[in-house]
Amino acid sequence: MKTPKHSLPSRPRRRLLAGLLALPAVLALSTPSFAAPPTSEVNTSGLAVTEDTVKVGILHSITGTMAISEIGSVQAEKLAIEQINASGGVLGRQIEFVQEDGASDWPTFAEKARKLLRQDDVAAIFGCWTSASRKAVLPVIEQFNGMLYYPTFYEGLEQSPNVIYTGQEATQQILAGIDWAVKEKGAKTFYLLGSDYIWPRTSNKIARIHIEKKGLKVVGEEYYPLGHTQFNSVINKIKLRKPDVIFASVVGGSNVAFYKQMKAAGIDLTEESPLLLTISVTEDEIRGIGGENVEGVYASMKYFQSLDNANNKEFVAAFKERWGDDMVIGDVTQAAYLGPWLWKAAVEKAGSFDIDKVREASPGIEFKKAPEGYVRIHENHHLWSKTRIGVAQTDGQYKVVHETKDLMEPDPFPEGYK
Amino acid sequence: MFADYSTTELMSIFAMQGFAGLSLFSVFVLMAMGLAIIFGQMGVINMAHGEFMILGAYTTYLTSQFFQDFMPGLFAGSFFVAMVLAFLVSAALGAFVEWAMVRHLYRRPLDTLLATWGLSLILQQAYRSIFGAREVGVDLPQWMMGAFSVTDLVQLPINGLFVMIIALSIALAVYLLMYRSGWGKKVRAVVQNRPMAEAVGINTAGVDRATFALGCGIAGVAGSAFTMIGSTGPTSGQAYIVDTFLVVVFGGAQSLIGTIISAFGISQAQSTMEFFLSGSMAKVLTLLVVVGILMLRPEGLMALKVRR
Repeated sequence: MKTPKHSLPSRPRRRLLAGLLALPAVLALSTPSFAAPPTSEVNTSGLAVTEDTVKVGILHSITGTMAISEIGSVQAEKLAIEQINASGGVLGRQIEFVQEDGASDWPTFAEKARKLLRQDDVAAIFGCWTSASRKAVLPVIEQFNGMLYYPTFYEGLEQSPNVIYTGQEATQQILAGIDWAVKEKGAKTFYLLGSDYIWPRTSNKIARIHIEKKGLKVVGEEYYPLGHTQFNSVINKIKLRKPDVIFASVVGGSNVAFYKQMKAAGIDLTEESPLLLTISVTEDEIRGIGGENVEGVYASMKYFQSLDNANNKEFVAAFKERWGDDMVIGDVTQAAYLGPWLWKAAVEKAGSFDIDKVREASPGIEFKKAPEGYVRIHENHHLWSKTRIGVAQTDGQYKVVHETKDLMEPDPFPEGYK
Repeated sequence: MFADYSTTELMSIFAMQGFAGLSLFSVFVLMAMGLAIIFGQMGVINMAHGEFMILGAYTTYLTSQFFQDFMPGLFAGSFFVAMVLAFLVSAALGAFVEWAMVRHLYRRPLDTLLATWGLSLILQQAYRSIFGAREVGVDLPQWMMGAFSVTDLVQLPINGLFVMIIALSIALAVYLLMYRSGWGKKVRAVVQNRPMAEAVGINTAGVDRATFALGCGIAGVAGSAFTMIGSTGPTSGQAYIVDTFLVVVFGGAQSLIGTIISAFGISQAQSTMEFFLSGSMAKVLTLLVVVGILMLRPEGLMALKVRR
């Protein structure tokens, strides 16, 4: 992008949104040629950094079955990058992104990650969504020493020096959710239900250990193949066992079948007997399921679009302004938005784009403008963040009913899980 | 496992479980009917069968949107209109595909597999471009939601009953059409001996096209009915295709009755095992039993009775 350079000093931007609207003008104003440290100082490892630009990668599926989930993350990351550019960039350099499509295919993710690191020499990659895609990219990113910002809540049991996990690992979501159900709703018996792959199975294992440690009971644990659409049998079992809480981690299209059939079988979730607590249905999924089918469902997440704070209002407005009024923002989309900002803060603290220095600078980095409130990077590369419980409304939004008092400490390797 | 429950409770759970099995049965019948005609009668391996279902589902989605926006008063009846439209749209596309592609491949059955698989990819991408990657859900009219209470404990889902009625009516209609009408006789004649059928003056090309269109149309109706159960996305059809072929092959490809019996057997086995074991194990065991039986009866359940 060629913009005429004026040697005017940059002015602080109080409102990002306003800044964004005036993007071209701002670019001209806030690219102070004298403030940026020389490239030879901030880039000693051959990254794609010039005197006024720095290249990063965005690596998500924009085609294939995962596109439905990952597009929100792409939008959030682009929005963050545009806002950072509008406010002056990183170390005086505008961010340019190279976008690659993982195409919902894990080997493709690995290949594209290699391309981004070896050919484009990107300074950071924002990307991946499913655990499978992350596991495919991991060896590449460790071999060529890249930096990945991974947005999805996931099963934990991983801690790579080359990844910053901006979503929750399993304990952050699960422990607070179960504690809340026990304390506020007097839950004594639980029925664990999930799709059949690593994340629900690990999550339920953590949930079971936590429940049994409290002396309470798990009355059933079940998994169904991905894409399964017949839940009548399990609904009958639930009716028979009468659990206080159904703890659900069903993902994807199966959700629609599950909630519609629950309703059709005469289980009104708003009556809370049983109460349904999910860790897998965000506002994004509700768009497919239909608000009237999930009314009364409780979700344990770190972010809801309806969070009432100034940061979030600004973020939601900017997101809708940029991507359209009918957009909804789920937990992962927000976590994806954190990536570029956390990277920027780490780079500025390190005073360098070099991966090793950014990694060293990362623990302790905080982001006070996070839509979810406030986050900080832990020594173990996960985020300290709060957990919230929301109850789904017919309009497809969650109403927040509970929030942990303190930030939850990320614990990717919980006790008792092997 | 049942020690803590009273007899009435157990009875009602078993009643509902029986119903769950029956509603899975009707889903299987709906899925397999169209394919039984195309694969069983015509010998065309139609890998795009799932995409024809999804076409019906999207038609239903559009119809219900249309009614909500322009004729909210008539919304309660929109589903019936949608099903008829789903049939017509899918059948029309089916007829077109037969004319443009399938008819050139009748003598190369394995090539139809590749060609229709390609078609399924094209259709998936077309749905993604037109409707977006996000799955859509169809709003149901009020009367289709909720359950029909037989007793306090026994509750039968209304949409399940509705799917069951559609499945039975379609099975009956197909039976009448294939075995009790003049047109059905022509279809069977073409299947059994094409040159002979041509020799007695049957327009075999016309029969082929109509049969293929009928199969696709029924797939469309099935897709329309499934919007009551699950959501609709560009690739949802893929979830059905394996089960569909399983039912048809297991039943014996040539036999419509075989298809129904196999749908019944597989659905009951699966839903009973789902109740006593877990979901994934039930699927594994069902598939193992099917594999075992197919090893003993390679032509499927019913086909062995036919002398060659």
